[in-house]
Amino acid sequence: MLELKGIFKTFFPNTPNEVRALRGVDLRITPGSWVNIIGTNGSGKSTLLNATAGTFPLDQGEIILDGNRITRWPEHRRAKLIGRVFQDPFSGTAPSMTIAENLALAARRGQARGLGFALRTGWRNDLRDRVAAMGLGLEDKIEKPMDTLSGGQRQSITLLMAGLVRPSLLLLDEHTAALDPKSADKIIELTGKFIAENQLTTIMVTHSMQQAANFGDRIIMMHQGSICHDISGLQKSRVRASDLIAKFDEVRRSDQLDESVADMLRSNYV
Amino acid sequence: MTLAIGSLTIGLILSLLAFGILMSFRVVAFEDLTVDGSLALGGATTATLIVTGWHPIAATLSGALAGGLAGSVTAILNTKFDINRLLSGILVMTALYSINLRILGKSNIPLRSDLTIMKYSNWLATQLSGQDSFMSLGLWQAPATDVTAMIMMLVIALTAGGILAIFFRTNCGLAMQAVGDNNRMTRALGVDVKRMTILALFVGNAMIATAGSLLAQYQGFADIQMGIGMLVWGVASVILGESLVGTKKIGFLIAGALMGSVLFRLLVAIALRWGLNPNDLKLITALFVFAALVLPKILSGGSSLVRGRNRA
Ligand SMILES: Nc1ncnc2c1ncn2[C@@H]1O[C@H](COP(=O)(O)OP(=O)(O)OP(=O)(O)O)[C@@H](O)[C@H]1O
Ligand SMILES: [Mg+2]
Repeated sequence: MLELKGIFKTFFPNTPNEVRALRGVDLRITPGSWVNIIGTNGSGKSTLLNATAGTFPLDQGEIILDGNRITRWPEHRRAKLIGRVFQDPFSGTAPSMTIAENLALAARRGQARGLGFALRTGWRNDLRDRVAAMGLGLEDKIEKPMDTLSGGQRQSITLLMAGLVRPSLLLLDEHTAALDPKSADKIIELTGKFIAENQLTTIMVTHSMQQAANFGDRIIMMHQGSICHDISGLQKSRVRASDLIAKFDEVRRSDQLDESVADMLRSNYV
Repeated sequence: MTLAIGSLTIGLILSLLAFGILMSFRVVAFEDLTVDGSLALGGATTATLIVTGWHPIAATLSGALAGGLAGSVTAILNTKFDINRLLSGILVMTALYSINLRILGKSNIPLRSDLTIMKYSNWLATQLSGQDSFMSLGLWQAPATDVTAMIMMLVIALTAGGILAIFFRTNCGLAMQAVGDNNRMTRALGVDVKRMTILALFVGNAMIATAGSLLAQYQGFADIQMGIGMLVWGVASVILGESLVGTKKIGFLIAGALMGSVLFRLLVAIALRWGLNPNDLKLITALFVFAALVLPKILSGGSSLVRGRNRA
């Protein structure tokens, strides 16, 4: 169970570059559910995931994950509970280390890292089997450096890494956006299988309305740092990509009013 | 021949310096400028303790510990007080100049070889060659003590390199490499990057200080100036080593640093022999590092050698 209560985050406060990235986000996610986040560029989707993962401290608000009040935990401590896959395939893995070494690193997420050998033979074989189970033919490459893999291959390894230690929460930030359509399809399919098998609580940011409609059991739309639509249950199962695109247009139209006027209208009349 | 053996020996001693630089600049991608100070700190601490009657091995280990602490201060200035990495190193290096003067009490301390670890290699020399103070190496004759000193430093360098290579295969060692390779990922995988950086600079500077300590004992004196230019020297060795092994695998990089250090020292000895003015040595070393950093970029538009690993 993830609970976000009244999250505020402003970057560069009190300067001309001030960005009010999160403006009071409240969200409850039940265990085992899969929430998709959509929204225009700069609406705060990535910032919300980063806030949850602890990349920066919050200005205001509370985060509770599995009964732990993690608001003030540093990022590396939260990592015990959270697995992540980033948009940029280069972000999720260490390029000059081998695939096996990357997996070994991920296998100790949130645990002490002592002076035991990271890759004993038995463990190495176990990792090889897990890579083989993904069906991408990467099992013969696990002694190769990560930077010999394609973007799609890296994302699938990152996905595997995120799940080696079962996370209480899986955060996916447009993890297929940098891939060609074919690899993107493969990764999203792999993601679906992976989440179902491990029954993971997941938040997935996506720009693909198709993905948002076809996967998961709830859709949240963000706009200007807060949640403007929340679609779940039966409504979610009926939603189609075209409905979501219509919602986007609606938001865009409201954007065309001057923002300050919109704010005034909202505070006075809504 | 004596000259070559001397150069080899110093090259081997300074391979510990290269290991230390590899640790900070490469493994955790931290441009640590403590180096010149921590190398002299190692020499100063060890020399002073030996003069006051300490056992040379205990004095050497204390020198290493002092260097390690200096390195962790640099890392703490950066990680806990948010001071820029370069400035943190400069602050500690500058402070160390005064500290080293305090430790030495004067600008240099001479050391009798029967009180330093050189006594072990001298002992070995008498065991091997008896009263005959020369040993034959193939066609050449060389002073037995020079040969055994080289053997001792070779054993020390190989042991240090070997331990380091093994360390990098442990869970802790993997996490440390990941810090410099992909900082963002490392945090997301639950590694306390700050603590890991402090540890890396501790170990790195402990090795650098050990180089200073061994150098003082080999040369027979510790000097307040002995650290000057060592950072660039170490970087040159690491770069040379990287081009020798041509891979990013850490085990090879360690071997490369050792070979680079020895080779660089030999090249310098040859250049001096050909009439290079010793006063120009640091200029030439700096130019070499400059060329090694810039040429690959010009030739291929590729990444720099020292900061090849990305930092998020
Ligand atoms: N670390 C940061 N420092 C400064 N500003 C930031 C930071 N992270 C995000 N922002 C700003 O906050 C706003 C929201 O950014 P965010 O990345 O959350 O948007 P997003 O919804 O993920 O957009 P996109 O669809 O383009 O990924 C943007 O204006 C962005 O410039
Ligand atoms: Mg984003």
